[in-house]
Amino acid sequence: MAVQHPFIVCDPDKCVGCQMCELICSATKHGEFMPLLSRVRNVRIYPITMMSVACRLCEDPPCVTACPRQALSQSEETGIIMVDKELCNGCGWCIEACDFGAIALNPAEKVVEICDLCQDQEEPQCVKFCLKEALSLSTPDQVAQRARREAVAKLLEELLSS
Amino acid sequence: MFAYAGKILHIDLTNQKTRVERVGEDFLKKYVGGVCLAARLAYDNTPKGADPLSPENALCLATGAFCGTIVPVGNKYSIATKSPLTGFIGDCLSSSYFAASIKRAGYDGIAIKGKAERPIYLFIDDDIVQFRDASGLWGMETWQTEEAIRSEIGDETVRVASAGPAGEKLVLFANVTNDRQRQAGRTGPGAVMGSKNLKAIAIRGTQPIPVADLEGLSKACLELSQTAQGTKTEKYRILGTPSNVLTLNRLGILPTRNFQQGVFEAAEKISGEYMHEHYTDKAVSCAGCPIACEQNVTVKEGAYAGTRTSIDYESLFANGSLCGIDYFPGIIKAIELCDRYGMDTMSTGVTVAWAMECFERGILTKEDFDGLEPYFGNHEAATALIEKIARREGIGDLLAQGVKRASEKVGKGSKHFAMHAKGLEMCGYDPRGLQTFALGCAVGTRGPCHNRSLAYEPDVRGEVDRFKAEPGRGHVAKDAEEFAAILDTMMFCKFIRGCFKDLYADSARLYTLTTGIEITPEEIKKLGERAWNLKKAFNIREGWTKDDDWLPPRFLKDPIPEGTSKGCVVKPKDLRMMIDAYYQARGWTPEGLIPKEKLIELGLEDIAEDIGV
Repeated sequence: MAVQHPFIVCDPDKCVGCQMCELICSATKHGEFMPLLSRVRNVRIYPITMMSVACRLCEDPPCVTACPRQALSQSEETGIIMVDKELCNGCGWCIEACDFGAIALNPAEKVVEICDLCQDQEEPQCVKFCLKEALSLSTPDQVAQRARREAVAKLLEELLSS
Repeated sequence: MFAYAGKILHIDLTNQKTRVERVGEDFLKKYVGGVCLAARLAYDNTPKGADPLSPENALCLATGAFCGTIVPVGNKYSIATKSPLTGFIGDCLSSSYFAASIKRAGYDGIAIKGKAERPIYLFIDDDIVQFRDASGLWGMETWQTEEAIRSEIGDETVRVASAGPAGEKLVLFANVTNDRQRQAGRTGPGAVMGSKNLKAIAIRGTQPIPVADLEGLSKACLELSQTAQGTKTEKYRILGTPSNVLTLNRLGILPTRNFQQGVFEAAEKISGEYMHEHYTDKAVSCAGCPIACEQNVTVKEGAYAGTRTSIDYESLFANGSLCGIDYFPGIIKAIELCDRYGMDTMSTGVTVAWAMECFERGILTKEDFDGLEPYFGNHEAATALIEKIARREGIGDLLAQGVKRASEKVGKGSKHFAMHAKGLEMCGYDPRGLQTFALGCAVGTRGPCHNRSLAYEPDVRGEVDRFKAEPGRGHVAKDAEEFAAILDTMMFCKFIRGCFKDLYADSARLYTLTTGIEITPEEIKKLGERAWNLKKAFNIREGWTKDDDWLPPRFLKDPIPEGTSKGCVVKPKDLRMMIDAYYQARGWTPEGLIPKEKLIELGLEDIAEDIGV
C-alpha cells in the first residue's frame, strides 16, 4: 500500500487570511519577519476566499524531476523535498514546475526554499501559531476522515433535533 | 534598530522630490508611532493656517512599533492632516497589509506635501519612489484602482491605499481605502489626496523586520493571540460590532431618525443577529489579526442582489436606524456605495439623515432633491443621494460639504438638527443617555468620536451613572481618551483591549521585546497624555477656542422621547460644568489652553513656545 506522508494542509473555511503562518515561518527559518521568506504562503482572493499553501510532498515530485542540477531530492522517510544549497543556483525551473506555487526563491541567497515540516523544531510552527486551527499536519486521507466525521455528525444532529 | 526603520519619508509632489529623514531611538521612544507620531508629523509639516485642500497641507502617515511583526492586531497605520471637513486635526486609523508594507519598505512614517501637476500615484518600491501617471486611474472606484495598479506593476504583493472618485471630487468626508475593505475613514483624508492630484499610494516592501527578542516575543504573542480567542473578543468574532444595535436599543440610545428618537421600532430587522442569519458569509481578518471581526455580507435577492461588502456598527447605524431604514439590503447597498466611491459611511449617513429631516419638515423640497422624496425610511432615495454626493451632482454638491456647512447655507432652522461637533458628524451613541460620553463628544479633538474618546464605556457598563452629570467625569473622560490614545499609538486594534491584564505593563513589555527599547508602564501612560496634548496643540494653533467644545442644539434642547433613556437631555449647565472639570483634570487653563509647563513636562518644548500659555 502506498504510504501517505502528512503535509501542511489548510482548511479554507477556517482560514481568515491573517498571515501569521507566513510570519512565524520566516522567523523560524530566518530569525526575521518577512512573508517573502516564508515557505508557506497565504493566498487571498477578495472578498472572502483565503487559504495557505505549502509543499504537498508529491509522489514523483515534478520539482525533483525538473531540476537540471539534481539539487532537489525527496526523503523516502518523510517525503519532504530537500534542497542541496551547494548545487542549487536559483535557476527557478523547479518553481515553474510546481503546480501549487509552493517553492520560492530566497532573494538574498539565490537558492530555493521548500517547506520541510519544521524538521528541526518540535512541530510545524505555522500549525502551532494558527489561531483558527485552519492549518494542520495531515495526510489527504486524514482530511477526508475529518470531513466525513463532521458531515455525519452534522447530519445526525439535524435528524436528532428534528 | 529592531522593528523600527528609523526613517521618515518626505515626499514633495510639486517638484517630484523625496527626502529621507533619519530619526533616532530617542525620537521614536517619545512618539512611538501611530496617532502620536502622525500628529507630530502633521504639526511639523503643515504650516499654521494652511488651507486643508491646498498644496501646503501635509498628509502624514505613521505606522506603529509592531507593524510587520507577529504582534497580534499590530498592523495598523494612522493618517494625520488638517481636516478639510473640520479645519482641525484630522487623524484617522486603518489596518492590514498596507500598514505592514510601509514598514517593510523601510519607513516608520511618510509626510506628503505639495500638489502634482497632473493625476499621479506614488509607487514606493523599498527605497525607490516613483511618481507614476494616474490619468488612466482617475475616476476609478477604490477596488478597481487597487487591482489596476497591481496589474500594471505586475506584482500582487504590492499594497495600495487610494482616494476614490469622491476624494477626487473633494467630497469633504472622502476617505482613504486600502486592501479593498479597510478605510482610514473620517475627517476627509481622501479629499486631501484628491486636492493633491494624488490618486493612490502603492507600496512594495521587501525588507525583513528583525525584533530584539524573537523567542520571548513569539511566546508572548502566542499567549495574547490565544486569549483573543476567548470571551473578551466573542462579540467581535461572532456577530461583529453590529451586535451593538440591540444592545443600544435596549439602553434607549440607538440613534434613530437623525437623533429624533433613541429607540428604533425595527431594530430587530437591522440587528447583528438578523445580519448573521440572512447576509453574513464569513468573518475575516486584517493582516496579523487572530480575532477576525470583518463581517462580510452578500445580498442574495431583491433589487440589490449581488451587493457585497463588510458591515460594522457605525456604518450600520448611520445608514440604518439614523435614516429610519429597516430594509437591510438597502443599508448594505448604501455602505457598498460609500466603499466603492471612497466616502466615510458615518458622515454620509448623518448627512443623508439631515437631508431627510429637511425634506420631512419642508425646509427642502422634492424640487431641491431633483425629484427625489427622501422621507425617513426611503432607502431608494438614500442610495440615490449617496450617488449624488459622491459625484457632487445636484443637491449632492451641497451635501458633500457635510452637515455643518450645508445647514449654514440652508438655514431655516436646519442647524438645530445638524448633528455634528466641530464640523465632524456624530457617531452611533446618543450622548443624551450617556452623560460622560456627552462630555467626551464635546471635547474630542477631531470631533465627536466613540473611538478616540471611549468615554461611552463607563456609561454603558454602568461603572458610572449614565444619567447623571458630575465633575468627576472630567477625569473619567480624560482617562478613557488616554487609554484609547495609547492603543492608537503603540498601535493595537482596540478590539484586543479586553485581553490585556494591564494595558500599560503588557504593552511596555511587548514594546521592549520588539524594539529592544526599555520603557516603563508610567512612560506609556505619559505617552497617552502626550498624544492627546499634541493633537490639542494642533487645534489651538489652527484657532480652536473654548466655543468649539460643545454639542449640537438637539442634544441640549430635545429630550429623548421614549425608551429606557426617556427624558434624557444634555443640560447646558451640566455640560459646562463637566467641560470645566475636564479642562482642570487635564491641567489646562479654564479657557482650555495648555500651560507651557504642561507641554514642557510632556517633552513638547517647541510646542510650548508656539502655543503654550
